[in-house]
Amino acid sequence: MEIIFNGKPRETQDSISVQEFLNQLQLDCMQVVVEHNRSIIARQRLDETLLNHGDTLEVIHFVGGG
Amino acid sequence: MDELIIAGRSFNSRLMVGTGKFSSNEAMVAAMEGSNSEIVTVALRRVDVDNPQDSLLQHIDPKRYLLLPNTSGARDAEEAVRLARIARAAGCEPWIKLEVTPDPYYLLPDPIETLKAAEILVKEGFIVLPYINADPVLAKHLQEVGTATVMPLGSPIGTNKGVRNRDNIAIIIEQAIVPVVVDAGLGAPSHAAEAMEMGADAVLVNTALAVARNPGAMGVAFRKGVEAGREAYLAGLGKQQDKAEASSPLTGFLGS
Repeated sequence: MEIIFNGKPRETQDSISVQEFLNQLQLDCMQVVVEHNRSIIARQRLDETLLNHGDTLEVIHFVGGG
Repeated sequence: MDELIIAGRSFNSRLMVGTGKFSSNEAMVAAMEGSNSEIVTVALRRVDVDNPQDSLLQHIDPKRYLLLPNTSGARDAEEAVRLARIARAAGCEPWIKLEVTPDPYYLLPDPIETLKAAEILVKEGFIVLPYINADPVLAKHLQEVGTATVMPLGSPIGTNKGVRNRDNIAIIIEQAIVPVVVDAGLGAPSHAAEAMEMGADAVLVNTALAVARNPGAMGVAFRKGVEAGREAYLAGLGKQQDKAEASSPLTGFLGS
């Protein structure tokens, strides 16, 4: 299936959880905030939140800024 | 003790620093340490999985610095509110530097969208520090909706031009019931000192530190500028006038 990850289409396996998706990309869930279909997902719910075809996922972190 | 108090929280330093544009994390930390700052700003962006970087936060000691996330990149109120919520979900305290800058060329803040976002964020319990053009009427409206500061720009972000709108900033300071933080455009310690001499409560500096040959030393220089300006303000500056007024006595000249 395909999701929109950070604005770009990306292939991923069916019914994967957000946590697994982050793991595959080697992203530390403690360092990022995840928005799934425009809703923020609490860290403790990353495991139980499953991705569906066409979902939008934003993974945000802190960078330098003024 | 001359403390800066924002939303009931006291700070010894009146110099906030940004963390953008540094050549390395080491340079950023040197500038933060040199400046003696207690509030540092950070931005939120999408992770770049093709170019993984180490975490910015591991370089910022949360016991020493209050992390002030900004909403840079937001083009309207909705995007700014979204970014603020993301910052809070990251585990930050609910402090937010509200920036809404739809124009990428001058990066001037949108007053209407900023006010809209401020109203929503204050209601949601955020401590809102809005970045604004030096507009005293807007500053008043923002204070009325409950922002913790107002942050008028000295000149556009990253221009290093200093305080180019003195008269309006002076009105904002005169009328303010919350701390006034002059943000953006301060390119030299003298600019920071100027803002503080005028009675600003604090300043925020980023580019001038990040582009310095020695960011740590520039942090020290800005700290001194801010302290000098603050002390001069408290000590009471003399009024400017057109006619000379002798410092030495005008009587008892030789041969008179």
